Amino acid sequence: MPYLGGEEAVRELRRALANPHVQADRLRYRAAVLRVIRLMAQGADVSGLFPEMVKASAGADVVQKKLVSLFVRAQAPRQPQLALLAVNTLRKDCAHPSPAVRGLALRSMCGLRVPGIQEYLQQPLLSGLRDRASYVRRAAVLGCAKMVKLQGDCEVDGALVNELYSLLRDQDPIVVVNCLRALEEILKKEGGVVINKPIAHHLLNRMADLDQWGQSEVLTFLLRYRPRSEEELFDILNLLDGCLKSSSPSVVMAATKLFLVLARDYPHVQADVLVRVKGPLLSACTSESRELCFTALCHVRQILGSLPGHFSSHYKKFFCSYSEPHYIKCQKMEVLCELVNDENVQQVLEELKSYCTDVSVELAQGAIFAIGNIARTYTDQCVGILTELLGLQQEHITSAVVQAFRDLAWLCPQCTDAVCRALPGCEDAIQDSEGKQALIWLLGTHGEKVPNAPYVLEDFVENVKMEMFPAVKMELLTALVRLFLARPAECQDMLGRLLYYCIEEEMDMAVRDRGLFYYRLLQSGVEEVKRVLCSPKSDPSLGLLEDQTERPVNTWASEFNTLAPVYGRERWALVTAHQTAEPSYACSSHTDSRSKDTGIMPHLHLESLISKEVLEVHPDTSSLTLIPDVYLTAEQFQKTWLSLDTSCHLSLPWCGTVHPDAIQTALQVVHIQTIAMSKAGVQPWKAYLSAQDDTGCLFLTELLLEAADSEMQVSVKQSEAKPEALQTFISVLRTVMGTVAGLGS
Amino acid sequence: MLSQIFILSSKGDRLIHKDCTLARDGRHFAHVRHSGLYFVATAATTASPFALVEFLNRLVTLLRDFCGPLSEKSVGANFGLIYELLEEMVDHGYVQTTSPEVLRNLVHAEPVATKPFSLLDLGSIGLFGAETQQSKVAPSSADRPVLLPPGEQPPRNEVFVDVLERLTVVVAANGVPMKVDVQGEIRLKSYLPAGVEMLIGLTEEFCVGKSELRGYGPGVRVDDCSFHSSVKLDQFETGRILRVTPSQGEVTLMQYQVADDVPSPLPFRLFPTVEQDPGGRLRLYLKLRCDLPPKSQALNVRLQLPVPKGVTSLAQELSSPEQAAELQPGSRCLSWDIPRCQGGSQLSALFKLEVPGPGRPSLLELGPATLSFELPSHSCSGLGVRFVRLRGVPGTPPRWVRYLTHSDSYVLRL
Repeated sequence: MPYLGGEEAVRELRRALANPHVQADRLRYRAAVLRVIRLMAQGADVSGLFPEMVKASAGADVVQKKLVSLFVRAQAPRQPQLALLAVNTLRKDCAHPSPAVRGLALRSMCGLRVPGIQEYLQQPLLSGLRDRASYVRRAAVLGCAKMVKLQGDCEVDGALVNELYSLLRDQDPIVVVNCLRALEEILKKEGGVVINKPIAHHLLNRMADLDQWGQSEVLTFLLRYRPRSEEELFDILNLLDGCLKSSSPSVVMAATKLFLVLARDYPHVQADVLVRVKGPLLSACTSESRELCFTALCHVRQILGSLPGHFSSHYKKFFCSYSEPHYIKCQKMEVLCELVNDENVQQVLEELKSYCTDVSVELAQGAIFAIGNIARTYTDQCVGILTELLGLQQEHITSAVVQAFRDLAWLCPQCTDAVCRALPGCEDAIQDSEGKQALIWLLGTHGEKVPNAPYVLEDFVENVKMEMFPAVKMELLTALVRLFLARPAECQDMLGRLLYYCIEEEMDMAVRDRGLFYYRLLQSGVEEVKRVLCSPKSDPSLGLLEDQTERPVNTWASEFNTLAPVYGRERWALVTAHQTAEPSYACSSHTDSRSKDTGIMPHLHLESLISKEVLEVHPDTSSLTLIPDVYLTAEQFQKTWLSLDTSCHLSLPWCGTVHPDAIQTALQVVHIQTIAMSKAGVQPWKAYLSAQDDTGCLFLTELLLEAADSEMQVSVKQSEAKPEALQTFISVLRTVMGTVAGLGS
Repeated sequence: MLSQIFILSSKGDRLIHKDCTLARDGRHFAHVRHSGLYFVATAATTASPFALVEFLNRLVTLLRDFCGPLSEKSVGANFGLIYELLEEMVDHGYVQTTSPEVLRNLVHAEPVATKPFSLLDLGSIGLFGAETQQSKVAPSSADRPVLLPPGEQPPRNEVFVDVLERLTVVVAANGVPMKVDVQGEIRLKSYLPAGVEMLIGLTEEFCVGKSELRGYGPGVRVDDCSFHSSVKLDQFETGRILRVTPSQGEVTLMQYQVADDVPSPLPFRLFPTVEQDPGGRLRLYLKLRCDLPPKSQALNVRLQLPVPKGVTSLAQELSSPEQAAELQPGSRCLSWDIPRCQGGSQLSALFKLEVPGPGRPSLLELGPATLSFELPSHSCSGLGVRFVRLRGVPGTPPRWVRYLTHSDSYVLRL
């Protein structure tokens, strides 16, 4: 069998193309050309046919000209010498009586990636810009952009730019939009096309003539126009009102974005627009096109971030259909979590519950985690449902439920008792690493409330040799040491066995080191162990402040109708950060609250480092003594924070990403308590801190990092006005943050 | 905006590839899936996701108009035509036009018809493969490409007006509907030369919104409805008439939604009885009642019921021989296929499920049941087309009005 597009096939095609009989027969000639293109598309080397193909474009057949143009554009970079051959024919075509041929020739010429082509382009393009046929003008305008791109770094021709600006007044709407697009590219370095008042109003008046693609692009260009007065702003909004009613979702969304951005100082206008876009968004969410549906759901979530109640009455629209693909179902579950309120919580939970037994493991676990999420607000109902699910004795369900329980015990301490009652019996059904870790953590941390906790852990210790996952072994070590502190008599023996195994037999170095660490720690006495291990068992403040502060519309208005909501905040930050983003950081977003106690070790050296530095820099911190072990609850913090005025505002240099664990540990060293902190990688990253000095004066601090590599904004509030103490507090904070920033980069 | 456009086969083979710009600065992929093919565009960071998806969907509609039904084969056969189309639609990555009339004058290649792979005669098959044996049978010509190059007159002037509805239903265990959602649209497919004015009269009692009142009796009520920009609504208020001058090709004239407030009863009710033998066997008695009007029928009904994980075998007694049921081990699901179900009839099935092993199977794992079906000549909202009148065309070209409801998601909780 000959290869596809082998020598033989090419030779045969060349014969066919050169055959005068074939050339005389329009259909046969075209078929031969088509075969060449087909070979090319399949990846065969057809460059040898270049001269014959160029000749084929000289005929009268427009279809053939188009096909050859495709060929020439693809092959030209490989054969720049021969490509100039084609230029001759194309230049001739630029004067062809048919506008279709003239336009095609212009497009083809500008598409040739050949050095030195520019000198041939200038003349035809300039006459193309003044052509009678709008079809040719459209091609010529975009041709200018292509030519400038080919020139590379050369100076942009001012006359050409002026010509294009004047063509904004062209009669043909597509020429107008093409001018904007071309100018945007040509003037990229100067910040793109300038939209001044006359241009903006000209575009607004031409809006009705444009098709949907033109409209949505012009709406995007208008984003950079700033109206001079309130009156002008509302005139513009009135002119664009029709766009919000368009049947094309892309126009509606582009108009919504423009409204949101222009009315940034008028919250009621923004709210009104968001109400009006509700209908179009909801119908896009139920559209037959899954892809459109997904995009709309992502934007619904964006709006919900600012207006949690916005879609609450339409919650049924976000129920999953069984025929929908996973990515839609997962988005819908997220939306349901976000719009849940007192009125619909019953129905939403009922619906989510029915997904928990879904055939797909991924979906079932997603639904369970969603219920776990809602449990942070509606604890009792959700814990009831989750406990009921344990009765199914299904591996993946039990695992997910226990993981949800672990997070709940950490965030909502009031449900710990209910969780502990549900735990017995779970150990038989859990097989995966994540589930085991969660169960062991719960047994270790709240073991005093689970009667059979030591026996369950004993089973794990017995089978530790067969255990596949190092993470489970580490968790087991920590849990058992903790439980030993609470119930020493039942645990001492097996703790000894586990430590022996980990130190003597374990092959995984991390587990072995952890075993050694606990062994040495235990040697230094029980009191010392307690001091290290008995950290708080829950942290209800985590997430509270962050969840409650609704993000104002203005923080995301400029992201609306871009790819950012589709990717999601965190991934978008990674995608747009180019090379500067550390790839390893993607995984660290998973290390949230619960990995806190495994994270202590790496920071041990940090503590000593910081206390040393603080002491060195401030030998006389006598004017300020921060007292340790003052714990403010999140509610207290919030109340005090809102009642005080900012005493001091400063910004600290910051580069790279934030390591919340490191910051928290560092702050602890100087007795500054962390009330709440965003997860790593979240933007904007926030943290709330509190500290108290020996006179009882409170220092409340907010750290805010809008984007990576910007400055860290620090606002400090003080309960009593003491400028001197404030100065010292700030310099302590500055030193700590400076040290952590230095470590992070 | 667009850097590249691809059409890929279901296996990922590249069928069509077009570079739109000289430099490939697009790093973001967007794709839609249609007829087993992927339509992919790459775009720059600043692209609008709505515009991308909408463009790709429009591309699919246009290709369907120009080449007929899409498949790997027809895309391959119409390769030249598709390149020509893309060439005219997109220049330098910017959409120039997607209007079928404009493109029709610019594109000269002829479509190559491919025979769709089917053993059945397509003559009796309507939309979605539903067999429509009513008086309003649609001829197979609805599947041929609409847009032929200028100069070649299509063999017949025809117009198809389709009322399509998708039904999304959740019924609670006690039989009370918890969610009923109808997404409907009126789709027009015209083979007529451009410039023919068309009047489409809808049911006179058609009301939009909760408060509007029209005529006597319950009427046909929708919550929300939107129209294509080419539809003129000057006679809509008075006579519920849509006036439109369609171009050749397919266009969605109107979209509407009804939630919770649907006049006709739900097409199916399920009455399950579950018994558990001491031996661990589950006896499942299902009664399915079809509440359609007696003259209507449902086609290709399939009931799927998730069963407990341990179920190994299934014994069945079905009420008629044309039905079939089987256990799908991969998805631990029971499926019961009913090719045809007349309105007002009641079907029953008895399943015995063998669950070996210790412990009783949990009944929580049973259900919810999902139904999929097609209802030809039926619209759940009750919306109807009274007439289709043509102006400015000689003779009376055939006009076809077709109704079809199909289940988007029909869930019955046990």
